[in-house]
Amino acid sequence: MTEAETAGVATVDADDRVRHALVADLDGGFVVLYETYQRLVFSTALRLCGRWADAEDLTAEAFLRSYRALAGYEPARIGSLQPRAWLVTILLNVWRNSQRTAARRTQSAPLEAAPDPADPREDVERAVELGETGRELAGMLRQLPDQQRIAVVLRHVADLPITEIASVFGSPEGTVKSHISRGLQRLRELQAPAESGARMPARRISDPANSHGGA
Amino acid sequence: MTDNDLLTTELAALAADAPTGLLDRVAARWVRVPGPFGDLYVASTDQGIAYVRTDKAVHSEDGAFAASFRKRFARPLLPAERPPAGLGPALRTGRTSGLRFDLRGSTDFEQAVLRSALTIPKGQVRPYSWVARQIGRPRAVRAVGSALARNPVPLLIPCHRVTRSDGTIGDYVFGSEMKESLLQAEQVNLEEVRELARAGFHYVGSDTTGIVCFPTCPHGRRITAAHRHGFRSVEAAEAAGYRPCLHCRPAPEQASADREIADPVPE
Repeated sequence: MTEAETAGVATVDADDRVRHALVADLDGGFVVLYETYQRLVFSTALRLCGRWADAEDLTAEAFLRSYRALAGYEPARIGSLQPRAWLVTILLNVWRNSQRTAARRTQSAPLEAAPDPADPREDVERAVELGETGRELAGMLRQLPDQQRIAVVLRHVADLPITEIASVFGSPEGTVKSHISRGLQRLRELQAPAESGARMPARRISDPANSHGGA
Repeated sequence: MTDNDLLTTELAALAADAPTGLLDRVAARWVRVPGPFGDLYVASTDQGIAYVRTDKAVHSEDGAFAASFRKRFARPLLPAERPPAGLGPALRTGRTSGLRFDLRGSTDFEQAVLRSALTIPKGQVRPYSWVARQIGRPRAVRAVGSALARNPVPLLIPCHRVTRSDGTIGDYVFGSEMKESLLQAEQVNLEEVRELARAGFHYVGSDTTGIVCFPTCPHGRRITAAHRHGFRSVEAAEAAGYRPCLHCRPAPEQASADREIADPVPE
């Protein structure tokens, strides 16, 4: 069995456990749902919106909506749910709505207004963990067109299989693959000038000698 | 390591767990605690206390409380490890103004009514029309009654301290018997209020201080019989040279006919 297949079996088991827990008891099952997928939902939210506090809001709102939807579902519907793709779809809707609201709110702001700085908590908590690379890469992700960014984040940050991403997008798997490969290509292009410009390859977290070196 | 592997490894490292406690922004927690008359079920969120029901109101069934909470708030409800901060002392003393409440399920009008009710001190009562005036909606007396009937946190926001201006105590979410018991336990001078109301008086004034009060105000209750005068309205007291008490803040009313139709009637 390949590594990918093992991972696939493990997540199917997790999905099954969540479905059973939800059918047995909605509120208790919701805790299982939350604990199983909080990392998936929060990581996706964080890398889509780029701000720690906003990611918390989006995650809380997505899980609340998922609970409200589940409360109206028949057991058969819960039994056939693809929980990960379903949660991500809810999250994307919440995110798009929040973008629309934010756009309406800032319509009167001057065009030159500087974007909000990233949440300071992210700087302290995450910079240590990720190093400079993580922050730079997170910034580059935000420069991708929405479709590519969503596809890359779901595949490589959230580790969602292509089939489930296809069901989130409502597109064929080939389309999703092409969003992902174009997204990765664009990220490599964005990384390239930064790399050739800097003498020290500070971006290579795999090299411990450079992980603390300030570039 | 190829460039592609490196990039995907770096992307995978961008995953992060949700911060601890984020679940509590979604789910509410419940506890069962001893109350003034039997146990209480209390649900709270990260914003504060959201829902209170007596043991009797849910027939001592955890499931019935959870079902009624879910129907009204559409949030998951999980057991709490401990009661919300300050709840124990608040229930023991009857002073609840320091508690935090989650009133997101109530309209702006309902919230204004509830916050106004929260200012009525223990041991005193105010008419529905007083609350209506306090929130700047003097004619919305009937709506005040409906808002108090929907109080999600009775006992803690003391809607039992709002009574009818005719001297009867009016309706209560847990029944008017319990309202009466709660007011008795707070040593409200209900008999005196009723007696005054029968004589057509809703306010009492002291001819030594020249101040007019609600009959349950501590300043009003201190007045000795020889110096105590009953008044039908604040206008009448003012005409006699009295000024309203700064503690219980009685205010001139509209025509009494208005008040009578506006008082909430028992269903």
